[in-house]
Amino acid sequence: MTVKTPIYMDYNSTTPIDPRVLEKMQPYLRDVFGNAASRSHQFGWVAEEAVDYAREQVAKLVGATPAEIIFTSGATESDNLALKGVAHMYGMTDADKLLLDSIAKGHAQGTLPNAADMVPPRFGSVDLDAIAKEGAFELFKDRGDHIITVATEHKAILDSAKRLEKEGFKVTFAPVHKNGLVDLDALRAAITPRTILVSIMMANNEIGVIQPVQEIGALCREKGVVFHTDATQAVGKIPVDVNALNIDLMSISAHKMYGPKGIGALYVRRRKPRVRLEANIDGGGHERGMRSGTLNVAGIVGLGAAAELCTKELEAEMAKTRALRDRLWHKLSTDLDEIFLNGDPERRLPGNLNVSFAYVEGEALMMAIKDVAVSSGSACTSASLEPSYVLRALGVGDDLAHSSIRFGIGRFTTEEEVDYVGQLVVDAVRRLREMSPLYEMAKEGIDLASIEWAAH
Amino acid sequence: MAYNDKVIDHYENPRNVGTLDKDDPSVGTGLVGAPACGDVMRLQIKVSDDGVIEDAKFKTFGCGSAIASSSLVTEWVKGKSVEWAEGLKNESIVEELSLPPVKVHCSVLAEDAIKAAVADWKKKKQQPQG
Ligand SMILES: Cc1ncc(COP(=O)(O)O)c(C=O)c1O
Repeated sequence: MTVKTPIYMDYNSTTPIDPRVLEKMQPYLRDVFGNAASRSHQFGWVAEEAVDYAREQVAKLVGATPAEIIFTSGATESDNLALKGVAHMYGMTDADKLLLDSIAKGHAQGTLPNAADMVPPRFGSVDLDAIAKEGAFELFKDRGDHIITVATEHKAILDSAKRLEKEGFKVTFAPVHKNGLVDLDALRAAITPRTILVSIMMANNEIGVIQPVQEIGALCREKGVVFHTDATQAVGKIPVDVNALNIDLMSISAHKMYGPKGIGALYVRRRKPRVRLEANIDGGGHERGMRSGTLNVAGIVGLGAAAELCTKELEAEMAKTRALRDRLWHKLSTDLDEIFLNGDPERRLPGNLNVSFAYVEGEALMMAIKDVAVSSGSACTSASLEPSYVLRALGVGDDLAHSSIRFGIGRFTTEEEVDYVGQLVVDAVRRLREMSPLYEMAKEGIDLASIEWAAH
Repeated sequence: MAYNDKVIDHYENPRNVGTLDKDDPSVGTGLVGAPACGDVMRLQIKVSDDGVIEDAKFKTFGCGSAIASSSLVTEWVKGKSVEWAEGLKNESIVEELSLPPVKVHCSVLAEDAIKAAVADWKKKKQQPQG
């Protein structure tokens, strides 16, 4: 059997650009260089036309209207824009309200002659007399300060949420079940009258589990809370319809769907309800004022072309990648004992397989299959030296988190590659288990949990 | 991160993988680390009556550098005295394998493992046989 190495099996990390996408982009990196915002000449018009077309292509893939697509530099930016944009547009912290109360008091008592000038402009024009009379807490009771997300989100969400916490917002990190799916009852219970935003990813980047987005969206509608979903891993991989799924805001990234890196989008609902955002990046007022900066025309064309291919090929590609993924799992689970699938077996992305190989450390396993690009939840492969926080949130023990490997299968993966990798992994795990004191002890019937290990 | 050639060599051709009889009075066993931390080393030595290490075996759960560190130590201590083994410093392992800073803990663990093995052997010697 001859397969070409190295083999790429890390499609959740990024995807190669589809040659058909690159072809569509090329003119915009060469001759068609105009600024899409140049309204006064044809160089600008041609660029704008290309952007408009791409906006339609992206909108079509997710069931949106073109005006609801805001181009960004990628999902990290989209996530930041969604969280901070909503918090700053709709939210008001307790500290903000106290500040308004004390300014209004000084205004009413005449001790602050220039009280009006002391109101930070971000609150817009406020009525100090009304605040003095009713109190900011009463007057702005609709302006909450609470955000809900889950522990398994991407860092772009978690760290944006933590930034908002520093500003005085309150964040709840809702728990997930053992299979990685969000606990809907806990979520419902976590929503309070002060909740302004729920952000829950559609599909997880590590374990591929697909959240019950439709139900979450319906719950948010019922409670009048804005709902954002980071769909970076889902769009182009599974069917996504923003209306059917009750989504208000949704992050998209081109490089996870065979487009170029550094370009993405945020879907922002325009009707029922209309969602407003405060911009994170200020400037020339591009993208309806939500995201300034000269448009990355070639990147946008690439995102659009990638979206169109996904629209056309999604069904067939899902079937193909799922079959390959299942083939790999079958091989591994038939030949090896004590391996565990992380994340729900059914509700997961077709191309994702996350497996813990007990008694074998993930980085050592990756070294054994060094011609195959995969990822591990082992601490040794992360900068933080902590094992995967996603697996931890599922209640996977640290030992099994260290033993986890993520296989990502995608558009260009072949059956030969899957068979080759399957055998390679089986051989490597067997070899490493022969070297593992834990495997030997377990085989002797020693309960590893009963041993007092010295943490180091 | 690319691996050092010596680490790769030990990882691909580990020396002295195996198990000695831990109930043999001339065998000392050191088991260090924790599964939750991602590395566990078991190092065993068989010591002659005059205190020379005749054989050494290891098994390691851990990354390539952890495997290489323990493999290297078994290679080094064979034929040496227990005093020599006790005096082994992790810095020598770091140097021999050119371990980067994030992998220094692997060498520390290997030092702990050989010391624990010697201590175990000494403890057994002190206990009356039978
Ligand atoms: C779920 C999720 N969100 C956000 C991101 C960040 O996307 P980008 O690389 O486009 O900033 C990624 C990719 O790493 C992701 O998987």
